Parts: sequence; structure tokens; C-alpha cells
Amino acid sequence: MAIRKVCGIETEYGIVLRGVGESNPVTASSLLINAYVSQQQRKVEWDFEDESPGRDARGFAREGAMAPEVETHLVNAVLTNGARYYVDHAHPEFSTPECAEARECVLYDKAGERILARSMQAALQVLPPGQDIVVYKNNSDRKGNSYGTHENYLMDRAVPFGRIVQHVMPHFISRQIYTGAGKVGSEVLTGDSQIPFQLSQRADFFEEEVGLETTLKRPIVNTRDEPHADAQKYRRLHVIVGDANMAEIATYLKVGVTALVLAMIEDDYFGDLDLTLAAPVQAIRKVSYDLSLSVPLELADGRSMTALAMQWELLDLAKKYAEDRGLEAVDDEVGRDVLERWEATLSALEVDPMSLSRELDWVAKYQLIDAYRDRHGLEWDDSKLAAMDLQYHDVRPAKSLFARLDTEHLVSPEAVDAATTEPPPDTRAYFRGRCLQRWASSIAAANWDSLVFDLGSDPLRRVPMMEPLRGTAAHVDTLLKGCSTPAELLAALES
Amino acid sequence: MPEREQKRRQPSQRQQEEVEEPAPAPSKQGEKIKAELDELLDEIDEVLEENAEDFVRNYVQKGGQ
Repeated sequence: MAIRKVCGIETEYGIVLRGVGESNPVTASSLLINAYVSQQQRKVEWDFEDESPGRDARGFAREGAMAPEVETHLVNAVLTNGARYYVDHAHPEFSTPECAEARECVLYDKAGERILARSMQAALQVLPPGQDIVVYKNNSDRKGNSYGTHENYLMDRAVPFGRIVQHVMPHFISRQIYTGAGKVGSEVLTGDSQIPFQLSQRADFFEEEVGLETTLKRPIVNTRDEPHADAQKYRRLHVIVGDANMAEIATYLKVGVTALVLAMIEDDYFGDLDLTLAAPVQAIRKVSYDLSLSVPLELADGRSMTALAMQWELLDLAKKYAEDRGLEAVDDEVGRDVLERWEATLSALEVDPMSLSRELDWVAKYQLIDAYRDRHGLEWDDSKLAAMDLQYHDVRPAKSLFARLDTEHLVSPEAVDAATTEPPPDTRAYFRGRCLQRWASSIAAANWDSLVFDLGSDPLRRVPMMEPLRGTAAHVDTLLKGCSTPAELLAALES
Repeated sequence: MPEREQKRRQPSQRQQEEVEEPAPAPSKQGEKIKAELDELLDEIDEVLEENAEDFVRNYVQKGGQ
């Protein structure tokens, strides 16, 4: 039986400081996050004790592996909703708290956007007149520089990594037909004809099939082995191949379907179904460049299949899986909803992709930009269209082109607002968030799998949280309500 | 799922004209969607960044995952 697919999304936002000649993105990111955090709460620092991004899921550690992104002097905060908000490389990054299912993941992904929007407001109050910071939820600056939107899924350590790679790779390549955030043009020299518009922001940047890197020679399947949980029992599949989605249904399908595919992999449910591609790196671009969704991809066994046909195969298997094994691993109700929407989406993609402009980013963006192009008689390489592509992802509600479109919502604005400060109830993020809400001044540091308390007199006390599904509201609400101080909590945890 | 089977397209080689003109086959809904977009396009110039060329050129993001 597959374990619960606890999931989360980390988003690196593009950032621009306007009103100055040369802007330093690291300073701007720090200023942005500090402005928000100092407005909200006392800042609790991230604790790097258990970070080891140099570990490889294939079983070896990089020589002298030191986390390239662990730069402890940079701003790094933990929020009362259980999220992490920090400077990574030269970007502000928001990591959602651990979520128990895909809909919750959409909620916290949207809460992240709202937190970034509030951060921009807060930054305005500390910046000199004439300056402001603007952030974009996209993955490319259109000049060959890309920044990531990473998904994470909890997996059973017992699953052989090779099996994950075999079955998840074809899914990652073919899912672009509904997960793509759309991009005007291409950032690689294809030697091909010009690419006016493609499905994905990220497909241009993948050069390897499997590997540990995230910043160069990016692999389709990333092998970072850093579970942030009991390493004997769990692995965290770190997915770097996805786009930053604005459309809620696109995020929902991206996370919901992937969680379902991973549950089937974990339960070894694929049987004879093997969609291994002959040339995955070429295939990921072929799919992204093919707006007609009709280009066949060569499989390793000699067959050819379109990305859409591959998704139909996965859907058929998932429907059987749901009957046979149930959908507990992805939340029964959410799982059924995901199956229905997945099928409806594939049907619509087959008949009329343009009918999905309320659901999918690439369709919404394409339609808007193409209509503008048509009205003004522009060529696809006109910088006005490139500007619209960027501005689709502008996080400011008044400037975002996405926000002007009538897309479908899965979560209410009120729920998103609450999720900016309240933790999700069904994972350990609940314990982290509640403790931060009540006792931030007694918490010296926090990270995914522990909280460190400083009670003043004694040595620092670390509370480990190695089980992502413990520390939920059901587990700890009574305990927390019975404690009026952190000292009482620690005593109760030890008794 | 016989209905769906019928709807499945036969894979075809990408045509040259598709590369140059990426619009998927126009649909019945196409015109209706265009009409809805028209309204949006009437007001969109007010929110678009003023100097598209500068905006695109100055948007540089180095150091990302």
C-alpha cells in the first residue's frame, strides 16, 4: 500500500528592483523578505543542521558535498503557516508547508503569491521614493537564465529508485500538455524552424535524463536525496522539471496526477506498461514545441506515441488502480476529483485545446497574446509579445495579466488569505505553525524536521519531527491547548 | 471507452505550416473566445508596461535553479 503522498511546492520568483541603475538581486530579495517578516512577526531563523542537498538518491554522496545553496548569512524565515520564506541564489523563494493532498498544495501555492504581493507592499514603505520591487512567478528571463519551481513528494524508501525513474520520466515529459505555463519563443538554438510559442517555460533548459544538478545540465529526474524525514523509511522525490503555474487547475493537475502516478509506482502497479522514451531529452522539447499535440515520440521498444496518448495510457491505468487499490494515498475525495478533471482535460485537449483557457496556463496565455498579435498585426518576435509573456506572471494584482483573465478557481480568496498565516491541519506543518504562532520568542530555530526551543536557562532543546504525518491537528491540538508555556509543552512531550 | 477511442487523433508528422503558424485548428468556440478577449484587449494597453523593449531587455535574472 502506497504511503500518503505528502507534497509541497518551492517557487523561486523573478525579482526586479526598479528606480536604480544597477540592482543587486540578493540585496533586493533580502529587503523584500525582511520587509514582510518584520511587519508580520518576530523572525525565526532557519536551522541548517539537517540539510544535505549533495546526497544522491542513487546511493552516493558528492565528494566534499556542501550545499551550494546553504548560505547562512542570507535571510531565511519560517512563517506561522509552516512555510519557509528565504533568499535562494539570487531569488526570493517560498516553500509551501507540507500538504496532505493536491488541493491543499494549490491553496498554499496561492498563499505564497499573496505573501509575495504583500512583501512588495511592505518593501515600498522602506524603499526610497521612486524605487520599488516587482516579482514575477515564472521560470525564465528569456535570455537563457532559468529559475525553478520544484515539487516534492514523500515516497517509501523501499521503492527502487530505478523504478521511479522508469515510470516518472515519461509522465514528466508528457504532462507538459496540461502543466505548461507557456512561453513566447525559445531560448535554445534548435537549428529547427523558429519556435513562435511553446507549451513550457522550462523545457528549453533540460539537458540530462537523471542527475543531481539543479542549476546547470539540469536533469529531467533529479536525484537529490534529502528526505527531511526519517531517512530509513522515506525519500522525498524532488521534482525540478515543472513550470510555475498561475492557473489553479494547472497546479492541481500537476501535483494531483503526479502524486497518483507516484502512488502507482510505489505499489508496483505498472505491470507491462512501459512508456520509456528512446530519447527523453529530445522528447521533452518536442512536446513543448508542438502546439498541435500531434507529434509522435519514439519509445524505447520501437513504438511511437504522442504525449496525449501517453497521458491516456496513464489515466487508464490510474482508473484501474483506483478500483483495485483505492486512492487513500492521495486522499480519496481529492483523488477522485483529480481523476475526473484529468480525463476531462485530456478529452478537451484532443478535441479543442483552446477550450481550456480557464484551466491551463499555456492556453490562456497563448490566446491572450495571439489575440493581441492579431489585433495589432505583430510578428511573433515583437518585444510587445515578450513583454506580455513576462507580465502574465506579474504578482501584483493590478498589473498581472493572468489576474485579468477569467480562470477557474479551486480555492476561495478567504481560504488563501487564511493560509498566509494558518498552517495546514494534516501534516507536521501544523505543529510547526502553531508553535510559531504562540511561542516564536522561545523558538531559536526551525527547519522541516525539527524545532529548537530556547527557554532561556537550559541548553537549547531540539524537538525532532521526523514523521511528516505526525504533529497534525488531530495529534497535537489537545496537547497544545493544555500547555500555556513552551516549558509545559516540552515537559509534556517528554513525559 | 469507445467514444474516446474514436476521438483520438492519428499521430501525424508535424507540417511545415504548423511550425510557422502555431495556432491549433480553429474551432467553433474560437470566434466566441476572440470576442471575449476583444473586450479585454480594449483596456489592456493601460496596464501593459510602457516601453516593452526596455522592459524585456532589462529583465535579467542570474543565478537560479
